[in-house]
Amino acid sequence: MPTELALTLIWSLPFLAAVIAMAMPAGARNGEAWLAGTVAAVGLVLTILLFPQVADGGVVHSTITWMPAYGLDLAFRMDGLAWLFCVLVTFIGLLVVLYARYYMSPKDPIARFYALFLAFMGAMLGLVMSGNIIQLAIFWELTSLVSFLLIGYWYHRSDARDGARMALVITGTGGLALFVAMMLIGHIVGSYDIDVVLASGRLIAEHPLYPVTLILFLLAAFTKSAQFPFQFWLPNAMTAPTPVSAYLHSATMVKAGVFLMTRFWPVMAGTDMWFWIVTYGGLATLLFGAYAALFQRDLKGLLAYSTISHLGLITTLLGMGTPLAAVAAIFHIANHATFKASLFMAVGIIDHETGTRDVRKLSGLRRSMPFTATLAIIASGAMAGVPLLNGFLSKEMFFTETAIYDPNVFVNLSLPIVATLAGMLSVAYSIKFVHGVFFGPEPTGLEKTPHEPPALMRRPIELLVLACLAVGIIPGITIGPYLAAAVVSVLGGDTPYYSLSVWHGFNLPLIMSIIALLGGVAIYVPYYRRLRGIDGDPLLRGLRGQRIFERLLITATNRWARKMVSVFGTQRLQPQIFIVVLLALAAGVGAGWARMGNLPLPSSFDPVLGLVWIVGGVSALAAAWQAKFHRLAAMILMGGAGLATCITFAWFSAPDLALTQLLAEIATTVLILLGLRWLPKRLPVPEDISIGMRLRRYRDVILAAAVGLGTGLASYAIMTRQAPEGISEFFLANAYTEGGGTNVVNVMLVDFRGFDTLGEITVLGVVALTVFGLLRRFRPAPDSADRPEQQRVQADFAEAQGSANVAADFLRIPALIMNWMFPVVMTVAIYMFLRGHDLPGGGFIAGIVMSLGFILQYMAGGTRWVEDRLRILPVLWIGWGLLIALLTGLGAMALGFPFLTSAFAYADIPLIGKVPMATALLFDLGVFALVVGATVLMLIALAHQSIRRPKPASTPQPRKREGLDTWN
Amino acid sequence: MEVAVVLLIGLFTTVAVYLLLSRSVIRMLLGLTLLGNAVNLLIFVGGRLTRAVPPLVPANVYVPEPPFANPLPQALILTAIVIGFSMFAFLLVLGYRAYQSLDADDTDRMRLAEPEGGPNPPLSY
Repeated sequence: MPTELALTLIWSLPFLAAVIAMAMPAGARNGEAWLAGTVAAVGLVLTILLFPQVADGGVVHSTITWMPAYGLDLAFRMDGLAWLFCVLVTFIGLLVVLYARYYMSPKDPIARFYALFLAFMGAMLGLVMSGNIIQLAIFWELTSLVSFLLIGYWYHRSDARDGARMALVITGTGGLALFVAMMLIGHIVGSYDIDVVLASGRLIAEHPLYPVTLILFLLAAFTKSAQFPFQFWLPNAMTAPTPVSAYLHSATMVKAGVFLMTRFWPVMAGTDMWFWIVTYGGLATLLFGAYAALFQRDLKGLLAYSTISHLGLITTLLGMGTPLAAVAAIFHIANHATFKASLFMAVGIIDHETGTRDVRKLSGLRRSMPFTATLAIIASGAMAGVPLLNGFLSKEMFFTETAIYDPNVFVNLSLPIVATLAGMLSVAYSIKFVHGVFFGPEPTGLEKTPHEPPALMRRPIELLVLACLAVGIIPGITIGPYLAAAVVSVLGGDTPYYSLSVWHGFNLPLIMSIIALLGGVAIYVPYYRRLRGIDGDPLLRGLRGQRIFERLLITATNRWARKMVSVFGTQRLQPQIFIVVLLALAAGVGAGWARMGNLPLPSSFDPVLGLVWIVGGVSALAAAWQAKFHRLAAMILMGGAGLATCITFAWFSAPDLALTQLLAEIATTVLILLGLRWLPKRLPVPEDISIGMRLRRYRDVILAAAVGLGTGLASYAIMTRQAPEGISEFFLANAYTEGGGTNVVNVMLVDFRGFDTLGEITVLGVVALTVFGLLRRFRPAPDSADRPEQQRVQADFAEAQGSANVAADFLRIPALIMNWMFPVVMTVAIYMFLRGHDLPGGGFIAGIVMSLGFILQYMAGGTRWVEDRLRILPVLWIGWGLLIALLTGLGAMALGFPFLTSAFAYADIPLIGKVPMATALLFDLGVFALVVGATVLMLIALAHQSIRRPKPASTPQPRKREGLDTWN
Repeated sequence: MEVAVVLLIGLFTTVAVYLLLSRSVIRMLLGLTLLGNAVNLLIFVGGRLTRAVPPLVPANVYVPEPPFANPLPQALILTAIVIGFSMFAFLLVLGYRAYQSLDADDTDRMRLAEPEGGPNPPLSY
């Protein structure tokens, strides 16, 4: 199989399977497990098959080009370190899948679990295999997000929600820091390619931006790997289902932080700053984690703190900066993953079979679950660093590194002492785990009678413990070559000689190990009764990171937010708009003040325009004047203002705009006339206007005038300046030769900027459907359901006079004319459409004309009359319009051109003559149909209000559809 | 010099902003429409004003000779007019529905979600 394909499969299969898993039926526990297990197994096999290619420092690449100009590609690479991680992720993933099959209850939403699990696996694999540092940051965030969902899997529990939120806030913040750090590294190195970055030598460490980069980088690594002072999220994340804890919080996700530090170790480490922050951050975590673990009563809490402690150990090793320490760090990553995952699974079994994880309630389980007990005891031995188990080897290496002489007295003493102390504590908590749970009297008061779990549920633990033993006894054969590959990929030519043998002679590290083992026993034995009953450590119990974090979060997001709202906010809309307008004005003045320069005085005045201006201006002012109490007058005056705009367009060589504006004004007016009746009745003019209101109005007028003045000045300034070289020349030059039309504006709309237009008509369709949806099941209020007052008065008058009712024959003659005009309007619409590519016209204009033709019929004959004779089905028009436009675009793609590329030719249509037949015309047809549909739909939706009975005052409204609603 | 257009833009903007600052939904709607007109004209001015040279390629010519009206703002404004129309329709109907459901066209009285004097959200989670 080609290497590239294998790489792509390894990271993409989990994502693919996640989607499938989500779609599987709810009860398919076995199906889900098979799917996830198969994916993990395929990933594992593919990874293992790739080993020969990465064994001696080789690197395998697979790149999917995306934006090469910016150095952004979907790039994946596998070297020894990535290989080691891929094996951990897929192998432990496979075991956890098997384990989870038995652990998860049938009542849990199992599809979500496996889908998220697979997505996490994909994200983690993508993270360790990333060949691009930006992409690495993105996969990093992806792991945070999926882990949030997994921790909050049982989201009906508040502790799960809190734990998930805390994990997300902390690791997500770290992810953002990582993103910035990666951009800084990209800036320093000049490439986002991880190979280039890793080959940059001391470039990053000697750059002036190094301190900032390092801090951000370490913020990411420390938050993810739960290093001090960010360690507190990990114990809270233990609310996740145990398979998740075993997978994410022991073997994979928390290792991402140390992976990051290892990955960039060659280019970032080795400075004083790195040494002090990383070594002592790690050392503090190591000691604190081991100390806190001793006092946990929740077994998962104990393991969580132990994980924190071991991650601190790895971090310390990475901080020391010597190649041998880096070897030990990589070794311990693998070792810790094996024994900790098995321990988590063991705790899950205990929880599952006894109903509790509380160490105070458990004891003597070795009798009822002997196999699980044996496995857990061996794994705990590895955790404590007992010889002949894998934990011992890497811990010995750690002791060796701390014992190396350092000229700084503080460093020379603190490292070995703290290391030994933490070793003692870790022995003590391991004994507490083993002794407290498996030894002592039979447990009493458990919800369930403890017994061994199904054999298959135990199988993953057996495999992992076997690995612990194999690595611990014959390390050279079992892990030697793989560790070597990982080490060479990080250290390259600097790889030191190291020995994996179990016996190194009687030396200082061995003495430290012995002290740790004996010291651990010495700590545990005298105090074990008291340790058993305690919850939380006596010294630091009051100082809980979680508490501080929650305080901070509440202060920042709630108290301060509320303060901000009370200072800057208002519950009224008007002051807010006022502030927005004021800020816009300030921004405009700030930007324009300096650039205004000298404005030449106007030299001439066009009388025609002057007249237009007077009409438009007076209309606008009058509309504002009338807006509150005479809506109809205001709306008609608005039409006057629109006409002024329209004439301005026509006067200054924009016929298309003038046409569109004119038609849009007409449609708007019709809309208003239809809708006005249903709007609130006007209120009587209040007699006295308070001084406050008067002042507010003056204030508004002043602001409005200032904005108007500013806009006018800006437009004048623009007008008096030379136009810059723009892209307009291109459109003028290519409209005919490339687009096949002489109406440049139309060619731009349907061809050059066709994608824009596609978006626009989509918006139009959505708006029409929204209007339809808003009004569909809606009835007017009772007070506006009657005939209008004028008609009533007229009818009463006619009745009193004994003459025919004039109101019944309302608009009879105009209606007849409107009926006759229907074919004419249709013809005009088609004419406008066909000539659009070459002369003013086009889909938009024709569409509005056509819809006006329809609505005229509604106005003339009334809704019932029209719908008895004509079914317009505007929603279908919208759908077909969008479909035609899309298919035109896709047609170009099918022929191998970019989306919406157009072609053109001239066609002879009898009687009409030569018509340009560009595919753009087809696109325009889609636009036309959609505009017709949308406009008609909106207008009819409003018109239909008049034929519905009003809403009864208080009786509940029946849900059945009225017969007259069948028009769509 | 087309000072008249400048005056028109200024006046439209003034009236539009004044209407937008009102509490009545219908007045705000009118203001928004007028503001659309003003901004369209402003963009139009941005392409510079030219008389009697519409952006149509004359017959028998492949590439028009300057001077020609700038087609770019025209294409943008054409889009803006249509979107402006649909925006108007949407807001009109929304205002109508709001009036029916809340019995108010005054923004200060539309307080369904945050009643005046209502309790604050809880201080902690």
